[in-house]
Amino acid sequence: MSDSTEIRMETKGLGVLYNKTHYGVRNVSLQFYNNQVTAFIGPSGCGKTTFLRALNRMHDLSPEAQVEGQVLLDSEDIYAPQVDAVVVRRKIGMVFQKPTPFPTKSIYDNVAAGLYLVGIRKREILDEVVERSLRNAALWDEVKDRLNHPGGSLSGGQQQRLSIARALAVEPEVLLMDEPTSSLDPNSTRSVEELIRQLKDKVTIIIVTHNMQQAIRVSDYTAFFYTGDMVEFGLTKELFENPKHPKTQEYLSGAFS
Amino acid sequence: MNLQLRYFRGNLLQWGTVFLTALVVVPLLIIILFIVVNGFSALNLDFFTQELGSPARAIQGTPTGLVASIVGTIIIDTIGLAIALPFGLATGILMSEFPEHPFASIARILVSTLNGMPAVLMGLMAYALVVKNTGGFSAFSGAVALSFIMIPIIARTTESVLRITPWVLREVGLSLGLPRWRVTFSLVIPAARAGIITGILIAFARAAGEAAPLLLTSFGNNYLTLDISEPMDSLPQRLYSLAISPYKQWHVLGWGGAIILLLFVIITFFIGKMVNKQLEKNSARLINIKQEEKGNE
Amino acid sequence: MSSPQDNVVSGKQVSQLPAIYRKPGDTVFKFLILFMSGVIIFLALGMGVILWIEGAPTFSKFGYWDFLVGTKWDPIAQIHGALPFIIGTFVTSLGAIILAIIPAIGVAIFVSEFAPKWLAELINYTVDLLAAIPSVVIGLWAIFNFAPVMREFLLDPIFLWAEENANWLLPFIGPNGPSTYNLFSATIILALMIVPYTVALARDAINLVPREQREAAWALGATRWEVLEMAVLPYATSGIIAGVLLSLARALGETMAVAMLIGNSNRLPLTLFGPAATMPSLIINEFREAVEEIHLTSLMAVGFYLFVITIVMNLLATYIQKRLIKGRTL
Repeated sequence: MSDSTEIRMETKGLGVLYNKTHYGVRNVSLQFYNNQVTAFIGPSGCGKTTFLRALNRMHDLSPEAQVEGQVLLDSEDIYAPQVDAVVVRRKIGMVFQKPTPFPTKSIYDNVAAGLYLVGIRKREILDEVVERSLRNAALWDEVKDRLNHPGGSLSGGQQQRLSIARALAVEPEVLLMDEPTSSLDPNSTRSVEELIRQLKDKVTIIIVTHNMQQAIRVSDYTAFFYTGDMVEFGLTKELFENPKHPKTQEYLSGAFS
Repeated sequence: MNLQLRYFRGNLLQWGTVFLTALVVVPLLIIILFIVVNGFSALNLDFFTQELGSPARAIQGTPTGLVASIVGTIIIDTIGLAIALPFGLATGILMSEFPEHPFASIARILVSTLNGMPAVLMGLMAYALVVKNTGGFSAFSGAVALSFIMIPIIARTTESVLRITPWVLREVGLSLGLPRWRVTFSLVIPAARAGIITGILIAFARAAGEAAPLLLTSFGNNYLTLDISEPMDSLPQRLYSLAISPYKQWHVLGWGGAIILLLFVIITFFIGKMVNKQLEKNSARLINIKQEEKGNE
Repeated sequence: MSSPQDNVVSGKQVSQLPAIYRKPGDTVFKFLILFMSGVIIFLALGMGVILWIEGAPTFSKFGYWDFLVGTKWDPIAQIHGALPFIIGTFVTSLGAIILAIIPAIGVAIFVSEFAPKWLAELINYTVDLLAAIPSVVIGLWAIFNFAPVMREFLLDPIFLWAEENANWLLPFIGPNGPSTYNLFSATIILALMIVPYTVALARDAINLVPREQREAAWALGATRWEVLEMAVLPYATSGIIAGVLLSLARALGETMAVAMLIGNSNRLPLTLFGPAATMPSLIINEFREAVEEIHLTSLMAVGFYLFVITIVMNLLATYIQKRLIKGRTL
């Protein structure tokens, strides 16, 4: 793959303003490195999810939210006026907290959903991409004999991996994950975390987590958010062993959550 | 499929839905327009004060009107409501306040079944129960038929309004030692008062527009009467007869009756919507208060 | 918010309160409530029983099956068969629902997904208002305005064209020419009248689709319409189908406007532009003038069959909805 010190994605002064009155997140400038996992941690309401959702223009759907600043993917601002959000979201995928397979579609059709969108119909191509994505999501062996079963017939952990496979099928450059394991049991959480560690070779990952241990387990870099500001950023090892900012120290020692 | 094509297709289908919406909305506006225009010109003093009488009157040009129908509607509908209220409210209270009782779930199924029943069948049942046993068509049997229609509606709306009242109310009442019936009547129902009244209004408006059951029970009367043991006229039932009659003058009266019914429906519709909006605001306020309290804990 | 069941103290909780809190008034209260609610049970079950009893003489004279499939309804000859009206009911209702589905779903989509809030509210009000207009009022307008216009501008021209160019069509659209009050016009008005119900139910089904489903579709790079196709409509399908079936059940019982438009012929409805009758329209049309007992009991018997059909349709709608939801296991 490529150099993991290369900056893949970057924000400059990114902020999200709600109802013209208060900032969900304010003036954040961060770099995301190629094939690395960056985690966002912080107490509830600190703005980490708001920030994440600005990275694939999900706030476009909320009329009350205004985004300021820039988000550069490979040096191009995704918020530039001539850029279409629909195109951006193919390059920057997202997995949500609740597993959301399309319940009426089969497992196969779920994974292929993104491909159908752009008009890919050829069976051979679809078969290949579906298998590849399911393998990358560590789900292939479990479902390969029942690809035509409905997406809702899987267990919670499997559904989340299906959602990941679906996101991977369109081959995004960056994968955003919003607390992907918070609704899963410990076993499924473990397998998804293992998955993340393997996936970063293929895609740059940014993950929001409310669980500090998870950040330590899966991420290379960590950013700590507090009441709308990005307070500290650094290599995960360093941030957790030697937090520089007093608020970071307080949070890591469990003073608040 | 490239992006442009995808957007084009989406836009096309979106305009399709606009077209379909117009297809539905335009006829409604046409209907209202025609009724208002034609109906308005039919309304005059005679309309409100004269009886219908025989066709000969209309053909000869003697003044005729629908006073019998208007008065009859008021009488029959009011009696019907009086009959329906206790039963409808009781059933609504049963479904909401006694959900653990087996009757409650049975009642719920039956209420929703009855709400989907054709009104004409209610008329047949009232005919069999009342008309046949009292020797003839009467205003009273019509009132009974209308009550059959109103009871399920009142039951359903009462239940849904009572369910929405906060549980806290009952908790407070019971912990004060109040018996259940007191809790219901003095605390819960007053809190739900507006919604219950709206529900009653809706049921009344709905029954007021039904012609089929009345054609089979109160039958109709070309002359004004206040005797509820006799056949009595009412607007919807009369409208049917006027519309299918061959007399031009009666058609004109029909338009007049139509605009009155339409106005009645529109007014109750808007009152209902306004009360609902107010109720939503109130319950939203209550939810906010509850959330604040929870936050302060 | 707590569930509706949480909202009410259970009977068990009440009976566990110390005795001084349970007054005799409660027993009376409960008894009264139960007694009065008994009326509902009486109404629902009573309807079927009463109609059946009233129709019994007809059933015993003709037999259930023969009455069901009998094609002759001649009060003077005292021969009664319900088939023409059963067919009329199904043809008009099915025709109406087929005509109404697409516009209704279109309106529901437009209002839920595309229209700005003020417009959506306005349209919802308009559609709900349409549902509130009494059937007899719509029937009156249709008799005086709609039916003649339909005949003059649509039915007659089509008929004349068919006479010249498509002779084979004539038996289906009325060999003697269209009548002003006919099956076709009645079906169209019926469609207009059930659209509001279908819109409301489709709207509810669409609004029930969880936000996460839509967001998942957006996140895959879908356009606005594609989100609808991919995530919203499939999820809402079972609700929409249930709505369609319930609207169909509603259409079966629609009486006044249909009675005023359908032309009231007692023969099997074999022509589209010719007169026909439905079960409710028959009852309204003939009940007041019926003299012979067998005539009255036959009308009651038709009412009984209508009752049965309505119940079956409602059960079918509930059953299908449950099946569809089970099939997704979500």
